[in-house]
Amino acid sequence: MSNKSSYLFILFAVLIAFVVFSSEKEYFSLLREPMKLSLPKGFPTPAYNFQKNKLNAKVFNLGRQLFYDPILSADGSISCGSCHQQIAAFAHIDHALSHGIYGKIGKRNVPALQNLIWNTSYMWDGGVNNLEVQPINPITNPIEMNESLAHVVQKLNASVKYKTLFFKAYNDSLINSERLLKALAQFTGLLISADAKYDRVMAKADTFTTQEQQGFQLYKVKCANCHPAPLFTDNSMRNNGLPIDTALHDDGRATITHQSGDKNKFRVPSLRNCEMTYPYMHDGRFRKLKEVIAHYNNQSKMERNYDRSINKIGTLTAEEQQALVLFLKTLTDKTFLYDRRFADPNNQ
Amino acid sequence: MHRFLKLSAFTGAIGLLVVFYSFYLIKRPIRSNLRINIIHLVGNRELKLDSVTYHNGLNQAYTVSKFKYYLSNFELINSNHQAIPLGEYFLIDEEDPASKKIAIKNLPSGVYTGISFLIGVDSLHNCSGAQSGALDPINGMFWAWHTGYIFFKLEGKSTASKQAGGNFEWHIGGYQEPVNCIRKVNLNFKQKKSSSLDIDLDLVADINNLFTNPKVIDLANFSSVTGVEKATTIADQYSQLFYLR
Ligand code: HEC
Ligand code: HEC
Repeated sequence: MSNKSSYLFILFAVLIAFVVFSSEKEYFSLLREPMKLSLPKGFPTPAYNFQKNKLNAKVFNLGRQLFYDPILSADGSISCGSCHQQIAAFAHIDHALSHGIYGKIGKRNVPALQNLIWNTSYMWDGGVNNLEVQPINPITNPIEMNESLAHVVQKLNASVKYKTLFFKAYNDSLINSERLLKALAQFTGLLISADAKYDRVMAKADTFTTQEQQGFQLYKVKCANCHPAPLFTDNSMRNNGLPIDTALHDDGRATITHQSGDKNKFRVPSLRNCEMTYPYMHDGRFRKLKEVIAHYNNQSKMERNYDRSINKIGTLTAEEQQALVLFLKTLTDKTFLYDRRFADPNNQ
Repeated sequence: MHRFLKLSAFTGAIGLLVVFYSFYLIKRPIRSNLRINIIHLVGNRELKLDSVTYHNGLNQAYTVSKFKYYLSNFELINSNHQAIPLGEYFLIDEEDPASKKIAIKNLPSGVYTGISFLIGVDSLHNCSGAQSGALDPINGMFWAWHTGYIFFKLEGKSTASKQAGGNFEWHIGGYQEPVNCIRKVNLNFKQKKSSSLDIDLDLVADINNLFTNPKVIDLANFSSVTGVEKATTIADQYSQLFYLR
């Protein structure tokens, strides 16, 4: 082989490697038409598929604009992105209870938005059954965005910017709530996190430290029952023993079902990116992962109807608790937290 | 001779056309429509919002300010007792007279003995995400925090109500057991109806039935039904709401 052709060969090989490598981590590409979603390896079939909401880069882009636009709130002060921040895996960093319009404080902690298409229900109480209709909650909640859906549609129809964006996305000038909600669902539905150190270790592209490995073993025995990989949630409603907050009086699942057996059950959250989603639990009562582990470690202080699978946790030594925290930190996915496609388009 | 040939060819052609056209007319399936005129009554009087005071089975005085509900999944029952699905979702609103005249086009041909429909929205369409038309959440018949359509709204005032301002309100929905408020209504035609003609129906909703059939409803106990509790009781009442006139 001549020098020149071997250079070409290497260049070619690098290019191929780049394509293969990048397509492994990018579950979708905004540059490829038609847009296609390739699921992360080992992930189950999603509950929400895009069959009736055809993936399209222009619709995704519209959804992204809407997500970061306070036009969805009554006084133009709050966007989805105000409460859901990318650096916190779209939870609200450092806020125990959500902060909405006119500085009003909500009743619950802002959850992370990640891998939402695998959710079988949404919200801490599982009251919402489809990703597309979830945003009606914050938009119309008087202490969140305090708008009416009808008025949002009116405002979008009056906006030159959105007239153009909707036209680009749907090839006609109709702006209605269905299109608004479906565009938001394309954006939130593609917030996929599956490239943490944990995933690379599972793919044999990286290795755990000894402590992380110890934490992983502990997790498998003590936490995986409710927080199973790869989603780190089984989507069920459970009581994990948190003593009842007498100020908030949040009955959890029972607010939906009115069944006394559902009192204090909440949707099991994913542990992915939990290093970044503090504070923790539906009411943000714990600020540190250490405190979360301490809670699980002290079953005698738990609300008495706690899920009995927690008994498996037993007592953890200080060293084991430390190892668990270190393992949880391997679930932080920087690719996701810094993916420019999910960032506020107004800051680019 | 030449001229005669030309003329007969011409009339022949016209004749053929006429024959083909009449074949076409015979063969062409006749597509008729179902038109339903919905009539809201209280007893034998037409419902008037706000301005007229009515009395229920317990002689409790009340007025009505809102009467709004979904009808869906229409079916015609043919003479072989088969249900022929027509689908469709309609939101009926006393405040919007146009919504009380509904039509389903292009009926499948047949001879029909009755009609059935759901009051409410089937479970699939309670879980289908964002929708438009009658099912657009903008219509104010949608619960966001506990996803699902509000199938039925009756609001008004009553001296018997225990609520502030004497208001009463029924917002009924729920597509899952144990709170399933979807009700199927089956109504027989007095005479068989053929789809060779448009089918016109007068469908009457008598609000009196809501308070008396199958149970007698006390507005003091039912001044606010907006969630899970007591919802199925009201659903049983509205299952008896309609008749054909
Ligand atoms: C005022 C803060 C706030 C705003 C603004 C806000 N959210 Fe949320 N979001 C929350 C809170 C709090 C919850 C949890 C609510 C609950 O469980 O009751 C939540 C939950 C969610 C969930 C469900 C996640 C899950 O796993 O169950 C999604 C999806 C979501 N929000 C998307 C959005 C979108 C899209 C917007 C903009 C239209 C938005 N949010 C605006 C605070 C907010
Ligand atoms: C019985 C099921 C169950 C088991 C076992 C369990 N969890 Fe949880 N976990 C939950 C539930 C339910 C919640 C949410 C509770 C709430 O907010 O009220 C939760 C919340 C969390 C959170 C907070 C996440 C957030 O975003 O707020 C962390 C972190 C967590 N669990 C870690 C663990 C660890 C570590 C273990 C093992 C030591 C474990 N869990 C075992 C059910 C369980």
